[in-house]
Amino acid sequence: MAARQIRSGFDFLRQPAGFDIGEGPVPYGPRDSYLWAFAAGLANTLRVSALGVVLATLLGTVVGVGRLSRNALVRWGCTAYVEVLRNLPLVLLLFGCYLAATELLPEATEPVTLPGGGYLSKGGLQLPHPTWSPGWGAALAGLSLGLAAAWGLSRWARARRAGTGHAPAVRWPGLALALLGPLLGWLAGGAPTALTRPEMGPFGVSGGLSLTPEFLALLGGLTLSAGAAIAEIVRSGLLAVSHGQLEAAQALGLSRRQATRLVLLPQALRLIVPPLTSQFLNLTKNSSLAVAIGYPDVVSIANTAINQNGQALECILVIMAVYLCINLVTAAGMNLYDRRTALVER
Amino acid sequence: MTGPGAPTDLAARPRPPRAGGAWRWARRNLLGSPASVLATVVALAAAAAVLPRALRWLVLDAVWRADYQACRALEHRAACWGMIAEKHRLILFGRYPHESQWRPALATALVVAALLVTAHPRAWRRWLLPLWCGVLAAFLLLMRGGLLGLAPVEPGSWGGLPLTVLLTLVGMTASIPLGVALALGRRSSLPTVRVVATSYIELTRGVPLITVLFVASFVFPLVLPSWMALDALGRTALAITLFQAAYLAEVVRGGLQALPRGQAEAAASLGLSWWSAQRRVVLPQALVLVIPAFVNSLLSTFMDTSLVTVVSMYDLTGALRLALGDPQWRAFFVEAYLFVGAIYLVSCLALSRYSHWLEGRLGRWTRREASGA
Repeated sequence: MAARQIRSGFDFLRQPAGFDIGEGPVPYGPRDSYLWAFAAGLANTLRVSALGVVLATLLGTVVGVGRLSRNALVRWGCTAYVEVLRNLPLVLLLFGCYLAATELLPEATEPVTLPGGGYLSKGGLQLPHPTWSPGWGAALAGLSLGLAAAWGLSRWARARRAGTGHAPAVRWPGLALALLGPLLGWLAGGAPTALTRPEMGPFGVSGGLSLTPEFLALLGGLTLSAGAAIAEIVRSGLLAVSHGQLEAAQALGLSRRQATRLVLLPQALRLIVPPLTSQFLNLTKNSSLAVAIGYPDVVSIANTAINQNGQALECILVIMAVYLCINLVTAAGMNLYDRRTALVER
Repeated sequence: MTGPGAPTDLAARPRPPRAGGAWRWARRNLLGSPASVLATVVALAAAAAVLPRALRWLVLDAVWRADYQACRALEHRAACWGMIAEKHRLILFGRYPHESQWRPALATALVVAALLVTAHPRAWRRWLLPLWCGVLAAFLLLMRGGLLGLAPVEPGSWGGLPLTVLLTLVGMTASIPLGVALALGRRSSLPTVRVVATSYIELTRGVPLITVLFVASFVFPLVLPSWMALDALGRTALAITLFQAAYLAEVVRGGLQALPRGQAEAAASLGLSWWSAQRRVVLPQALVLVIPAFVNSLLSTFMDTSLVTVVSMYDLTGALRLALGDPQWRAFFVEAYLFVGAIYLVSCLALSRYSHWLEGRLGRWTRREASGA
């Protein structure tokens, strides 16, 4: 490499990158360093992946359960969705979503107004969000206190049931604690209600929580495709619990709801969660396709950096390290779950 | 046979009433419960609202000629299939010279024909290997030209469906030996081999395909010696191979693990060396077990090749974007996406149905062998 006069080493990470990153939770300007640029890209990757994981899990669960519905039309609709989405390349889907977001939506100067004060247009999605004030901090503190109290309650109840055989009520008191905590915190913090609303100006909408069309297209494509994969995982997990288990639960006199909660779900979840985790990892890896539609995730930032300074090897090593770290963290969490839910064998 | 209870005096009874019937089916599947009735009503209402409009948009009111003025006059109230009529050759064959496009068409048809021949388990004989070598050679000859009076065409201008097919084919076939070697390496008793194979597999599976493509297009030119220099197409094919091999290794390892250990032990006790035990006893059985999974990875490779658009190659997805570069026809991108999506959808659905069918058939086969006949 020295023979071809190519710089090497990671010194460049401290130099100013000179390009701008249009969006993301980490503020970034042309004068910041490459290292900071990668951090901003990583934040963007995590943001779209985390949101995608939540939405895809919801969508996948609904569709997966829908494929087992007793109503034939619901069943057919869900099957059609899964079959189509599983057999389209994600890149094609993302390009399609991106074109839809940038061509089919109305112009930025004439956005669709959403109920609640949001705007949707070629300029993206703008939503109102609560104006930050210390009261929200108090609410957050209350939420964590309430959750901790609910967790403590469930620990205490479990210990008491194991010790005395009496099972104290947990669900409603626990839920009440978890809801009361943030409510009290919010009231104690002065009950802030101010919203920052996006404003309609002559050149489009500004202010509020703004999501770019690139972000929306990437999120939509990832959610749709991962949703189909998750639906299959959910369906096969539910089907794998043998029918005899539910019949036995019925014979023991459990209600339908109890049988689902106490017999079906614990067994199905043990089968569903491992492939679900690898699906989450897939979604995170697939978010690297952001580079195809220009969302500044860590891979597109690296791509820009390579085109600028030619230090391809180093930039690619950074990407690999990022993804391997994400994998390792997820795998560690997964092992923890596995150990907790593993069958206790004789 | 006139014992007590001999079935002599039984008159034929009428067959029991049929349990089927459309109304019975509908009562169970559409009107089973109040919630089900509601879902049926909502679904039917949605279908009644959407289907006639979709039919009008897609077929009845659509413009089928490559007539830009007629398409514009529609103002998107109906599909303009004229877009496809105008651009289908660009989408299907990329920038391949127009007058020679019969060559990629013939090459793709050859591969599809060979795939169809290979699909049936009865065709799994030794002659498949020379057949596929011949098909690949014919494919490259047709695409590249320069022989037999065919005008030479640079790989840089290959594109569209043939490029997708080529990358899938090369990536898949070249990754088989590498994947098998990695799978054997991961189960090896030699620590160095095991560590190298395991870390290769885990590292590659841990990163997105796009990083491997970046390595191929940015790092290979730097580190490979000049006599090994590859053009962009070769580098991309190599990247897909290296990536796919890691996934294939796990597939093969699944097959190796499913095989009872007694097989390898029996081979060893017959005096076979490790190599011949693998070659004659273990691998033939393990590989048959994983054929359905193999078809599934073929499917995902086929879809993954669409990523090469990111490193400026014009496969089917890339050629679609090429076609949309024409500002005049760009407005009709929905039609173009439907066209390309349908190509992917039909091929992938066919492959996944086939994998499903094969699984059932091979399941029968292995069960029969297991019962010992």
